[in-house]
Amino acid sequence: MTAPAMPMTGRSAVPARRKRSELYGGIGFYAFVIGFVVFCLAPFVWTFLTSLKGPTTIYEVPIKYLPSPPDLINYRQIFELDRFRWALLNSVIVASSATAISLVFGAICAYAIARLNFPFKNLLLALVLAIAMFPGIAIIGPLFRQFNAWGLTNNYLSLILPNVTFTLPICIWTLTAFFSDLPGELEESARVDGCTRLQAFYKIMVPLAAPGVFTAAILLFIQAWNEFLFARTFMSQPNRLTATVAIAQFEGADIASQYPWGQITAASIVITLPLVVLVLLFQRRIISGLTAGAVKG
Amino acid sequence: MATTARVSGRLAVAGLFGARGQRSAQERADARLGLLLSAPAIATILLIAVIPLAGTIWDSLFRLSLRFENAPRPFVGLDNYVSVLSDGAWYNALSVTGMVAGVSVAVDLVLGMIIALLINRNFRGRGIVRASVLVPWALTTVVSAKMWAWIYDGRYGVANDLLMRLGVIDSPIIFLVRPEVTIWAMIVAEIWKTTPFMALLLLAGLQLISQELYDAAGLDGASRWQTFWRITLPLLKPTILVALLFRTIDAVRMFDLPRVLTNGGPGKSAETVVLYTYNTFFTSLNFGYGSTLAVMIFLLVMVISFIFIKVLGAPTQGARR
Repeated sequence: MTAPAMPMTGRSAVPARRKRSELYGGIGFYAFVIGFVVFCLAPFVWTFLTSLKGPTTIYEVPIKYLPSPPDLINYRQIFELDRFRWALLNSVIVASSATAISLVFGAICAYAIARLNFPFKNLLLALVLAIAMFPGIAIIGPLFRQFNAWGLTNNYLSLILPNVTFTLPICIWTLTAFFSDLPGELEESARVDGCTRLQAFYKIMVPLAAPGVFTAAILLFIQAWNEFLFARTFMSQPNRLTATVAIAQFEGADIASQYPWGQITAASIVITLPLVVLVLLFQRRIISGLTAGAVKG
Repeated sequence: MATTARVSGRLAVAGLFGARGQRSAQERADARLGLLLSAPAIATILLIAVIPLAGTIWDSLFRLSLRFENAPRPFVGLDNYVSVLSDGAWYNALSVTGMVAGVSVAVDLVLGMIIALLINRNFRGRGIVRASVLVPWALTTVVSAKMWAWIYDGRYGVANDLLMRLGVIDSPIIFLVRPEVTIWAMIVAEIWKTTPFMALLLLAGLQLISQELYDAAGLDGASRWQTFWRITLPLLKPTILVALLFRTIDAVRMFDLPRVLTNGGPGKSAETVVLYTYNTFFTSLNFGYGSTLAVMIFLLVMVISFIFIKVLGAPTQGARR
């Protein structure tokens, strides 16, 4: 009887000790969490505050932290710039086309990987892995010369194609993980009922995998929206620049001795707003999609 | 029971009428469909990555300048590679890249691990933390580089203001003008952008570890420290290796941040390997030598991933499920 009693006393002693340490731990824990959240958000918040300041408030020393009163002049000015409106449109066109194409190519490829045995499957997987780590700089020379030769520079296609290539691995990974998690029996019973593989794919798998496809779409769009190396290289006409390139070159718009920081910060906010909204709305999906490829074995 | 009977019945019938022939027909159909479905992806990768890579390797064997329309383009064999070996700018770019990658990935891992361990529980406001972690990750690198350039501004930058208010410095630092300061400014901006993601990956890995193991360790009287070293770390090793692999590769490929922050300046002191190669291509218009540098970067990435995957055993199963 003494044996079971021993753990009992041990167990009752722990909560008393734990309570006190939990209280201190709780305060310390929340202090840490708040500090971490501030660390993550501060630069972004600072950019937002700056964007609301008029030209005189921005360049005041000592710094005024809050814009008083908030001024939307920077936002008005950037939307009056043709270049900036074009840049937004170009980014939307390039990122959404690349996302759509990559999604279709990636989804059918991921389905094949998850469900079918076919020759060179391992080679394909190695290729996908290699592309995920591939340095874009290693192909930029021949692509640049070839696009020039074909008159494709300043053509959306010259950006969409590389973006599709580099978003494909994410798409294939995320979707292979999703497809593998879906119960195969459903598909089999559909086939017993007379569906072909292809019918089983789009009648059973696609609706079931819709959440996965949606997650992949968000991830691909973010990556394509943020792309800079190819966009800077293959687009040179002012009305063909994407948003990332436009913002990197913003200093060219103003000859004044200082950078037009009000406009740059306002443009930064406008460009990142779609991403921040996506992140806030779909954080759970994004996280599960991001970590699916990395931690599941 | 009925299902089992039916299935075994079907198997028996199939066995009678040559299941082998049927199955291999099915296998052939699967193989055909598999190849057909992956063809678009394979074609894209071949066309936009593999063939251009071969082109870069080919170009690296020539003296190839686009500065003049009809300049001769002599075949020079491995001469360009010999030049790389004695190229001071390349070694500088390598050491800048190595320094930024080494420091930022190490800090990412330690900080990310601490954060992941701390937020690996249910608490109020967890959603807010998760969402704010994603902000630096989702933010366009070009935008974050601009943000940091503004924060570091010598005259109106908030970094100086805060440091002076806290009494760390007496007079403003001009961050982006002195080489030894610039590189650290770059490292801080990089860490801000990437640590949250590392924390996220590690957190996902932590959540796969069964609570029972911790309960058992607690019953055995293991200290928190022992639990961390004996349970958490070994079980988290695959996740850590994958996260390290991708972070290291990303750091080696770094282009947007140095390009926008100072364009490798002051001088060439903060030039990363990709930025140096990019400038060789598009500022010097030296496509032969640029291709050589690009091949070197490709090899560097291959060696790093080989070390991680084959030597350290980073799992690539995520892609192989």
